[in-house]
Amino acid sequence: MAVRTYYTREHEWVRIEDGVAVCGITDYAQSQLGDVVYVELPEVGAEIARDGEAAVVESTKAASDVYAPVGGTVVGVNGRLEESPDLVNESAEDQGWFFRMEIDDEGELDELMDEEGYQAFVEELD
Amino acid sequence: MTGLLKTPLHAMHLAAGARMAPFAGYDMPLRYPDGSVAEHNHARSRAALFDVSHMGQLRLMGPDADAALETLAPGDIRGLGDGAMRYTLFTAEGGGILDDLIVSRVPGGLGVVVNAARKDHDTEHLRRHLGGRMDIVPEPDRALLALQGPAAAEVLADFADLPFMAWREGGACGVPARVSRSGYTGEDGFELSVAAADAEALAARLLAHAAVAWAGLGARDSLRLEAGLCLYGHDIGEDTTPLEAGLGWAVPKRRREERNFPGAARILDNPPTRRRVGMRPEGRAIAREGAALLDEAGVAVGHVTSGGFGPTLGGPVAMGYLPVAGAAPGSPLAFDVRGRPRPGRVVRLPFVPHNYFRG
Repeated sequence: MAVRTYYTREHEWVRIEDGVAVCGITDYAQSQLGDVVYVELPEVGAEIARDGEAAVVESTKAASDVYAPVGGTVVGVNGRLEESPDLVNESAEDQGWFFRMEIDDEGELDELMDEEGYQAFVEELD
Repeated sequence: MTGLLKTPLHAMHLAAGARMAPFAGYDMPLRYPDGSVAEHNHARSRAALFDVSHMGQLRLMGPDADAALETLAPGDIRGLGDGAMRYTLFTAEGGGILDDLIVSRVPGGLGVVVNAARKDHDTEHLRRHLGGRMDIVPEPDRALLALQGPAAAEVLADFADLPFMAWREGGACGVPARVSRSGYTGEDGFELSVAAADAEALAARLLAHAAVAWAGLGARDSLRLEAGLCLYGHDIGEDTTPLEAGLGWAVPKRRREERNFPGAARILDNPPTRRRVGMRPEGRAIAREGAALLDEAGVAVGHVTSGGFGPTLGGPVAMGYLPVAGAAPGSPLAFDVRGRPRPGRVVRLPFVPHNYFRG
């Protein structure tokens, strides 16, 4: 089965890899933010509810909250962003991931958009 | 966006793929496709072109204009020689700052450039106080471009001999312009005032040089912050005095002795209890405008007035006001960033050395 990526209306993405949810911000989000210069990541072990504040991404212009696409427990963060926050610009939906979570309720994924749905959502915004 | 004013270069910004944002009532380029950091670095290494036509250009005409302006500003305006220009301030009776501006000696009077957001205020201020002593002539039909960076003097080779804070009229790439050696980035460079109708031609000819690329307001802000330059309404305003702001150099000896500018007694007779300082947070978290500054006991003693990422330094930088006792370079402090204290230190301004051409 192909790996599916799910998207939120707040421009986060989440993908299940090896039973763990990998989360980040979308390529559209990074293009809107401009140069990313700092990412504040959650603590490993933090329990975050769905739509709860999980991270902060700072562009040259402003700081923006990043929300958890689904509820769960943080089990890892992308330490490379500490020295290279520009990875978010270069590879938002792959190398520029933010954190990994163990999901409380996989059913929450079904309430998110798939790639096609998100593309349509973004086109409406432009 | 509706209701926003456009500069004469608006269409060029759109064609260049700029991301536009409202600023002081104008629809202005925030950044171009290369992004603010690349634009910032280009200004430090080559030459960046900024559209600053939103700023207010006025002429103050008449033989008495310099003496008259000294009644509103603490600078040495009468001492301005032909072709010279100077940074000065409009001060308030309470000792605060109403705006900062550049004033130039021009044939028959003075030229001034004021902040976009203060254009209407300053014009009214001048008319109310000095309307009987000079002709106050706004120049809304002129554009203003800034070419900033170490390669600027190669691009405008005919003006390479002009020293910092001097100006003259001449042909810039064949366009009649008032060209000054000045800017707001800490780099060598020029500002060019041209008729609105000539602005596109001048911009296109400058951009034809390999060294020149557009830069937006985002880069302009990070450049001026690294250069330790004040932004009106943020680092200075009606609640800060020139001496607190570290702008005592803009109040020369003669004016301190004459004491005949608005707020002179309040400004000169009260030693500052706080000082504008440069600060660097440890780590990469950015302390933005409004973040509280904490002393070693964790007590809030001030706040950040400008803060952001400094691309040349590769980390966060900030300016703000601290009590004089804790304002010396090296003094420790903390920034309250989203409720978490982040340690940092006071550092000497500017963060990045100025690179002006002194002749």
